[in-house]
Amino acid sequence: MTDTPDKAAKPRKRLTRRELERRRVLLRSIGAGFVAVTAGLVGLYPVVRRVFDRLRPPGALDEQKFLASCIKCGQCVQVCPVQAIRLGDGDEGYGLGVPYIDARAQACDFSCDAVQCVLACPTGALSHGIATKEEVTMGLARLARPDACLAMRGEGFKGTARGPDFAGLLRYEEIDRWEPQPIASYEYDLEICDLCVRECPIENAISLEPVSDAAGETRFRPVVHDACVGCGTCEMICPAEPAAIVVDTELALARGA
Amino acid sequence: MRWFLHKLAMMFGAEPRRPSDTEETDAAREMKAFKKTKEQVEKRKALIQDEHDHPVVSHKWRNLRWLSIIVINAMFVVSFAWDVQLVEGSLTASRFLGFHMADPNAALQVTLAFKDLMLNLVIGTVTVLLLWWIVGGRAFCAWACPYHLLAEWAEAIHLWLNSKGWVKDHPFHRGLRVVLWVIFMVLAFVTGYTVFEYINPVGILSRALIYGPTVALVWVIFLLGVEIFFSRRFWCRYVCPIGLTYGITGAVAPVQVKYDLSKCLHEGECRKVCLVPHVLEITKMGYASDTEEFIGPDCTRCGLCVDVCPQEALSFTMRGLDKIL
Repeated sequence: MTDTPDKAAKPRKRLTRRELERRRVLLRSIGAGFVAVTAGLVGLYPVVRRVFDRLRPPGALDEQKFLASCIKCGQCVQVCPVQAIRLGDGDEGYGLGVPYIDARAQACDFSCDAVQCVLACPTGALSHGIATKEEVTMGLARLARPDACLAMRGEGFKGTARGPDFAGLLRYEEIDRWEPQPIASYEYDLEICDLCVRECPIENAISLEPVSDAAGETRFRPVVHDACVGCGTCEMICPAEPAAIVVDTELALARGA
Repeated sequence: MRWFLHKLAMMFGAEPRRPSDTEETDAAREMKAFKKTKEQVEKRKALIQDEHDHPVVSHKWRNLRWLSIIVINAMFVVSFAWDVQLVEGSLTASRFLGFHMADPNAALQVTLAFKDLMLNLVIGTVTVLLLWWIVGGRAFCAWACPYHLLAEWAEAIHLWLNSKGWVKDHPFHRGLRVVLWVIFMVLAFVTGYTVFEYINPVGILSRALIYGPTVALVWVIFLLGVEIFFSRRFWCRYVCPIGLTYGITGAVAPVQVKYDLSKCLHEGECRKVCLVPHVLEITKMGYASDTEEFIGPDCTRCGLCVDVCPQEALSFTMRGLDKIL
């Protein structure tokens, strides 16, 4: 560039070309590294901003610790007898490969009795600190749409809870202690709908309490008690569409508070 | 020892070089001089001509390896699909007949993110490290990783397109992998989330095989596209931190690919097929430090070079065991 003698120009030019190629490789590498890290951060963003709101499997540590310790192997998915646990996808924003439960589609009904997913978890993201279903704290059920609740309307229920095409499973002990049955195969005939209370796997978590409505008539309201673990069985079985009773995740509860 | 450290440095991105006078053994010096005698040069030319006249194509190790990748991944799939409980989980962590197994890279990230040691994870990681250490660290890549198999097919397409002159290979700096390894480990520690797992094609593929297809597969397809149209074996060569973790593990592994200088005709067939050609720089005329030596720790023990070498100058060996037998 400056005062290089002509004699040295030729070999230097050759060197420069080599250097140019090296520089190109280096810049390309920096670019690729940037893309890789950015792509990784894209996955991190919704997790950090907590745009998700999902039920985690029983025994899950609090959300932040849970996300840190989950190794995304899906062993919890494999042991669940009703396949309630699913793995988050890349476009869903609650952790790629991280397990969650969509209670309306398939709730955790504790068919396994001994929280198998917790036992399967190799990292303790589903904490080994719990051993029984009563110790689970996934969330809390809430009567979100009292107007849609059949009991509140004083109606009974006849037929299959979620229609003939619903794929969800539930343990009906009187049919089979060990094999969960399709909800679509079970016919109900109830004077007053109490499905959420009837099918709740936790003792004293929910009960129908008499209340008097505006017209002074006695109606029944499902009341959620402290024992509720947030498994979502009530949300799954609720015949109203959308469900009258839903489960708030721990995160939603923390937000609300 | 210094020569070995150089090979280790190559895994971390250093450029290959000739051995210095002190690194080169007398026997190697002698043999190199002998190979340069006119008589030997003539002999070598004749041998190469003979190779071209009677080409021998072997895919022994490649076929075994593909079988291994398919069987290992099929075990995971079948275990869940038919509930036979052979290997529960996926490649990031699993139970093999009840014994914990964990991918060391994923386990390290989880540990950094969680900032706590979990016994099951430690047991699983040590088991896996020990198993893969025996067969040579990165043997995981070539013998178990489902992405490796897809990448091999993508590579074949890339090479075909390349031979037609439609695409060109754009190399990257191999130091990129080391930088990314560090960045992702730091990110795991700082953010408390295993950031790398979002772009980890091994985990994505393994889970997709076992639990059904996911949208995340788009990323894997994108990577394969990059490898077909832009850069040969981009992910495995320049990015994958898992490969580096296993590479470090297997640096002094029992199973090695041994190079025999006396048999080598220096044609470079092995370097053409290799995923990590820098480990085979020693097969260049004048680059070997000894008459017999193990190729570098970055080697995936894929056996392509063993298959392709017409003179059997490269072979699988068990460190120490070949002397006993």
